[in-house]
Amino acid sequence: MSIRVTGATAGRVLRQLRRDPRTLALLLVVPPLLLTILKYVFEGQEESFERIGGPLVGLFPFITMFLVTSIAMLRERTTGTLERLMSMPLAKLDLLVGYGLAFALVAAVQATVAAVVGFGLLGLESEGSLWLVVAIAILNAVLGMALGLFLSAFAQTEFQAVQFMPAVVLPQILLAGLFVPREDMARFLELISDVLPLTYAYDALARITAGDTGGRLALDVAVVCGCIVLALALGATTLRRRTA
Amino acid sequence: MMNSSGAPDAVRIEDLHVRRGGRLVLPGVSLSIRRGTVTGLLGPSGSGKTTLIRSIVGVQIVESGNVTVLDRPAGAPELRRRVAYVTQAPSVYGDLTVRENLRYFAGVLGVAGDEVDEAIRTVGLGDLADQVVRTGSGGERSRVSLAAALLGAPELLVLDEPTVGLDPVLRRDLWNTFHRLADGGATLLVSSHVMDEAERCDDLVLVRDGRIVATGTPQELRDRTGREDLEDAFLVIAEAA
Repeated sequence: MSIRVTGATAGRVLRQLRRDPRTLALLLVVPPLLLTILKYVFEGQEESFERIGGPLVGLFPFITMFLVTSIAMLRERTTGTLERLMSMPLAKLDLLVGYGLAFALVAAVQATVAAVVGFGLLGLESEGSLWLVVAIAILNAVLGMALGLFLSAFAQTEFQAVQFMPAVVLPQILLAGLFVPREDMARFLELISDVLPLTYAYDALARITAGDTGGRLALDVAVVCGCIVLALALGATTLRRRTA
Repeated sequence: MMNSSGAPDAVRIEDLHVRRGGRLVLPGVSLSIRRGTVTGLLGPSGSGKTTLIRSIVGVQIVESGNVTVLDRPAGAPELRRRVAYVTQAPSVYGDLTVRENLRYFAGVLGVAGDEVDEAIRTVGLGDLADQVVRTGSGGERSRVSLAAALLGAPELLVLDEPTVGLDPVLRRDLWNTFHRLADGGATLLVSSHVMDEAERCDDLVLVRDGRIVATGTPQELRDRTGREDLEDAFLVIAEAA
């Protein structure tokens, strides 16, 4: 792995995003818009808005980076640029970390904007530091990116890649405890949610906004980090130097 | 490694078998390519040219046989810097400009920025350097892909149909560039399905149905078949094979 190649890759991915201002605008505008809708959906139920809205700020980057990476990697695979890179002196880790750095940066901006709107304008409250929320948001973005990269190997078309979003992301959001506490779910769903990475990402965010920064938070973060490493390792196996 | 003519080989293939999708595309190919030459790989589409090229670059899973490139097994990590490969479909980023694409590939190779401008000039894209690749024509896109392969002074350039759809003047200029690179010691393997490019090659390899039916210089093939026109010479060879 080389810092030069990783940096060049991150810069290239960011340049591609910059060439697509509409996508960039959507990345930044959609989360605050959804938070605003959520606030008025829960009119008169401030407590529910608080409970869902705060953690959601840190979950948006997971969803968007999963989608963006699935499509971006699918394009690398179908246009032959991945094959070109794999025949060049580029380590797989250069590509993975390059993508990760680029999307972590975008996620930082995205989560900061969402946090400013949510906690500043819409009246969300957090007992813990908002920087911690943004930090978890960045971790979630990298997790989404790593999963998207891995799963892009199983899509032949962009239509298929887009369908992975409801297939992979929505169940995790439903089961994470965001809408219904996990202990109130059917037992088998609770057991399933125990092995889903987003459960721990959500738990970390819920603890931060509730001001609980104890050992369980550290455990949540460790699990999310472990899942990132696992997803990146799985993703790396889909980057082939030789193909049939 | 030396061949019978005494010049060292850039590529040596022994009894290469490649299966794709259950079909034996290359049923035992042996071939050597001299260093410092422009070798044309000619044959109809579907004859196995691309599979042979992919095996030389080392991106193809092969069933059996040996492929040695610049004295290393094909696909060896140290060859990734010494061998450049241009696929038939232009493998560049459509949403970046010509220069941004090349800067990225130069960054991966660790090549200085002035090589980027030189590569852009060589493929005749000087005026379009800041144009987003997607907005260009098919020929322009494949020239960006070709320019990327020129970066870092590779010792072996493997080009899969690099001149398809190009303006004749530009095509002539590119062939001159290929020969200039070969004079500088590089080896070029250029595939084509149009026979009129055969004349421009130092050596020719004719492929049909996954088999090599003839090799030699254009003059040798003329002498062997008694035909002045290379297309006629190929017909004689193909019908005899």
